[in-house]
Amino acid sequence: MIVADKKPIEEIIEEIKDRERILILGCNECVTVCEAGGKKEVGVLSSALRMYFLNQGREVKIDEVTLERQCDHEYLEEIRDSIDQYDAVVSLACGVGVQFMAEKYRTTPVYPGVNTCFLGATEERGLWTERCQACGSCLLATTGGICPISRCAKRLLNGPCGGSTTGKCEINQDIDCAWQLIVDRLKALEKLDEYEKLAPIKDWSTDRAGGPRKVKREDVQ
Amino acid sequence: MELKTASKLEKILAAGHHAVTSECGPPRGSDPEAIIKKADLIKDHVDAINITDNQTSVTRMCSLAACIRLKLMGLEPVLQMVTRDRNRIALQSDILGAASYDINNVLCLSGDHQSFGDCAQGQNVHDLDSMQLIQAVRFMRDEGKFLGGDEIKRPPQMFVGAAANPFADPFEIRVPRLAKKIAAGVEFIQTQCIYNLDKFEEWMKLVRDRGLHEKVYILAGLTPMKNVGMARYMKKRVPGMDVPDEIIKRLADTPKEKQAEEGIKICIESIERLKEVEGVAGFHIMAIEWEEKVPGIVEAAGLYPRPQVD
Repeated sequence: MIVADKKPIEEIIEEIKDRERILILGCNECVTVCEAGGKKEVGVLSSALRMYFLNQGREVKIDEVTLERQCDHEYLEEIRDSIDQYDAVVSLACGVGVQFMAEKYRTTPVYPGVNTCFLGATEERGLWTERCQACGSCLLATTGGICPISRCAKRLLNGPCGGSTTGKCEINQDIDCAWQLIVDRLKALEKLDEYEKLAPIKDWSTDRAGGPRKVKREDVQ
Repeated sequence: MELKTASKLEKILAAGHHAVTSECGPPRGSDPEAIIKKADLIKDHVDAINITDNQTSVTRMCSLAACIRLKLMGLEPVLQMVTRDRNRIALQSDILGAASYDINNVLCLSGDHQSFGDCAQGQNVHDLDSMQLIQAVRFMRDEGKFLGGDEIKRPPQMFVGAAANPFADPFEIRVPRLAKKIAAGVEFIQTQCIYNLDKFEEWMKLVRDRGLHEKVYILAGLTPMKNVGMARYMKKRVPGMDVPDEIIKRLADTPKEKQAEEGIKICIESIERLKEVEGVAGFHIMAIEWEEKVPGIVEAAGLYPRPQVD
């Protein structure tokens, strides 16, 4: 899923402090799972903002809505009839949702309420970690199912570097060395000899390097 | 091994001499005197001088410009190149720039992570990794082509090196990793600083078991300790560094004013011992901001005078 983290409330206030009718818009997908932008967080942020404006002695209308998805025309259409009531929307969806919102409702300003971080998974309650950087050309088949692009700080395709120490990355003892994980995994699969296969120079044109990407599938259009 | 380049370092190694290399870190400024002074201190006692490439990710004068300075002094530079800061266009371009000055040695590295340096908020590149850079230089040299396939007019003629750290984890792939670099085309290796000689010799045995010492020249890396504080710092803070407790104890038991001397003694003893290890083709003495000590170490270790080659 897409993992996001809450933006500091001061940053959100700075964006919307002069507005009078604000919609706080949550999303029921990834950001709900990572507890950054679901119905619950919409409620918490709305209460905090109401408190802020009350203390400022200002009357500001703050409404709460959480859509099934903000990255989907069908669900985003649900607010078409009410969007004109607002002079600002704070979207707690990932960057995709915020942009979809901006594209669809061109005259209503939309502000991001979360920082979109990475593609990852929930390790435990309150801990999410990165697993994929969407390079567009998956090489997990050759690395024992562990991704060196997203999990090695230098995204070495022929790692580990000389900084791997007791299974940890040189940049931070809290980060596992991806190549230690790959070696351990290849060993478990009895395929350690595959470690010696050189990973060729990668074609990064399917990555961010190639410009904005598009997947087009005529078979399902 | 048959000579493939005009590198003086290659000639010395091919002639069967123990090679001696050292390194100079470029200054954090544009004064060329800094590099000239350092090189002058060591030039008669080493065969080639590495110029580091923004080591520990701290921004400095570029390795290429400093290598050109050495070349203009009639010395033999080893151009260190990290893949952290440049993509394949810039790497190939700099290789050609170096080749235009007949810089004949390159050391291919991935580089320390930028979070250690003065631009921790910067991007890293890593378009290639160190093994792929080895492949790229060999391809440019041997095929006379750019990675994109076009022909290079006057291809680079570089002797291609890389680093190896026998002490990093996981230990079991440290020799396979060397084999992989050899498969990528590396011709000489400069190792991480060696303090744990037992572990290094264990690694060398595994290297010899696979016959890898006959496919690549291995230069043992050594850095003299200035004092016990440096030894403790390296043990605790420098990733992938193996400093045994005996070394720390030996320095700690030495009076403060004699610790530098003791550090140099340890370095010389290490060279003496490693000279006897089959497969050690030479020494890479990294006296960090202590270049003036290199001549004494080289002489005391019986590696002076340096051999002359054409």
